[in-house]
Amino acid sequence: MQFGIFSVGDVTTDPTDGRTPSEAERIRAMVTIAEHAEQAGLDVFATGEHHNPPFVPSSPTTMLGYVAARTERLVLSTATTLITTNDPVKIAEDFAMLQHLAGGRVDLMMGRGNTGPVYPWFGKDIRDGIPLAIENYHLLHRLWREDIVEWEGKYRTPLQSFTSTPRPLDGVPPFVWHGSIRSPEIAEQAAYYGDGFFANNIFWPAEHFQRLIGLYRRRYEHYGHGSADQAIVGLGGQVFMRKNSQDAVREFRPYFDNAPVYGHGPSLEEFTAETPLTVGSPEQVIEKTLTFRDSFGDYQRQLFLVDHAGLPLKTVLEQIDMLGEEVVPVLRREFAALRPAHVPDSAPDHAALVAAKAAAAAGEEVAR
Amino acid sequence: MSAIAVVSAGLGRPSSTRLLADRLAAAAADALRARGSAVTVETVELRDHAHAMVDAALTGFPSGAFRAAVETVTGADGIIAVTPVFNASYSGLFKTFFDVLERGALEGAPVLLGATGGTARHSLAVDYAMRPLMAYLRAAAVPTAVYAASEDWGSADGDLADRIARAGGELAAMVEGRPAAAREDGFENPVPFENLLAAGR
Repeated sequence: MQFGIFSVGDVTTDPTDGRTPSEAERIRAMVTIAEHAEQAGLDVFATGEHHNPPFVPSSPTTMLGYVAARTERLVLSTATTLITTNDPVKIAEDFAMLQHLAGGRVDLMMGRGNTGPVYPWFGKDIRDGIPLAIENYHLLHRLWREDIVEWEGKYRTPLQSFTSTPRPLDGVPPFVWHGSIRSPEIAEQAAYYGDGFFANNIFWPAEHFQRLIGLYRRRYEHYGHGSADQAIVGLGGQVFMRKNSQDAVREFRPYFDNAPVYGHGPSLEEFTAETPLTVGSPEQVIEKTLTFRDSFGDYQRQLFLVDHAGLPLKTVLEQIDMLGEEVVPVLRREFAALRPAHVPDSAPDHAALVAAKAAAAAGEEVAR
Repeated sequence: MSAIAVVSAGLGRPSSTRLLADRLAAAAADALRARGSAVTVETVELRDHAHAMVDAALTGFPSGAFRAAVETVTGADGIIAVTPVFNASYSGLFKTFFDVLERGALEGAPVLLGATGGTARHSLAVDYAMRPLMAYLRAAAVPTAVYAASEDWGSADGDLADRIARAGGELAAMVEGRPAAAREDGFENPVPFENLLAAGR
């Protein structure tokens, strides 16, 4: 199973001292967080993509390319890449380039984006969100698999004899996740292609995502990619830890109370009771995270949100250390013991995709 | 069996809005029983959920007891919605409740509208403010809406009682005549991918 960090990349004032990091500080902090995740023994770092303040990560492959050069093992990913407003041709090119530079340590997650004005800023209409996600990804999927593409669609200019360069590393496109918070169409899309499905699982009760993941699993099997329990599921989660849970609650409360998304709404106690947020000891985080399996079945990737709401970098790095030292080793062991042998233990990495491609080619050879 | 849900946005205890809501519920229940239907009536006092409604507006999901209240209303066969008139319109509490419902949650639902106020001067708020809200939600508001001014509670002419009985009867008729809900469930019956792909072309 893969464990990692996903970052929204918000620039938020620390409510305890009124300090706001500069964009430069926040960007460097994200890189430090990614490097630290690898040092702590985590597997994945994923960055968001945003095109409005107070968020810094507008250019994910630039950041991930830099992180790739400073890490050895870490899988670089996104949460999410905007499949609606980006040109799929540019996504194909940017992520293939990143794949080469990172030696294949790349996957990415498609998302629609929920910031209304971003659509018109990029020449699109938010009411076309789903059709854009369907058509653009269909093109992206072909650009990575066909050397020469002829294309005519509704949302971009046609392509005649187009080759997206560089070609994917070893002829194998990066693994793709599709993230959605409420659209059955996106679960259907992920299932159709046999791609992964990711539920961000941070701001809503677990039940909210059960129908989406249930649909994805059922349709994954329908489209012949494997049994429902072999579908590739990723989940988010949100934690704040201290050795003693009382200390965690005391320290996190001002950040919670003023957080951009849920601040000034429910109390910390209400929100932790209702949603996957855990504020407490590492043992409590382990306990809560294990319940995700009860809600969604055996899954392949767990990403934690640890760096938002103005938390200082030092604190974030301490959270990553605790994840690496106390939480993730236990979760790896516990999840592995529970997982049946026929269920994949992680999303396929580059080596696995290369091997699968070779096996498929050999199979065709035999068939001939 | 018909389930009637009453949404009352009164702030006072006791509240004249709740008083009107109870009278409307009794009239609708009587009319349904007269048609031979068994009836349950559940009342949601929005004041009890005031904090939870603001939380839901901020977080995007209803929590705890408020979730149950939302399910009571969205699962009902008929709804009675009553608000005090504040500043020429429904109260903020009343509007917040409808703002935090899932899109389409009240589609086709029969609704009886009621409002209360200090004087009869605000009586058109039911038609100028409440009725368009229900139209937007695609709920089916019955023709008669009932506005009760303070003076109506002491009036001897029986006008208010007549309007309540007529409105209750209209709601009962609509509940009885309502076709079985046939809402598409995109989770149970997803649009096949080939159709999604073809739709863009």
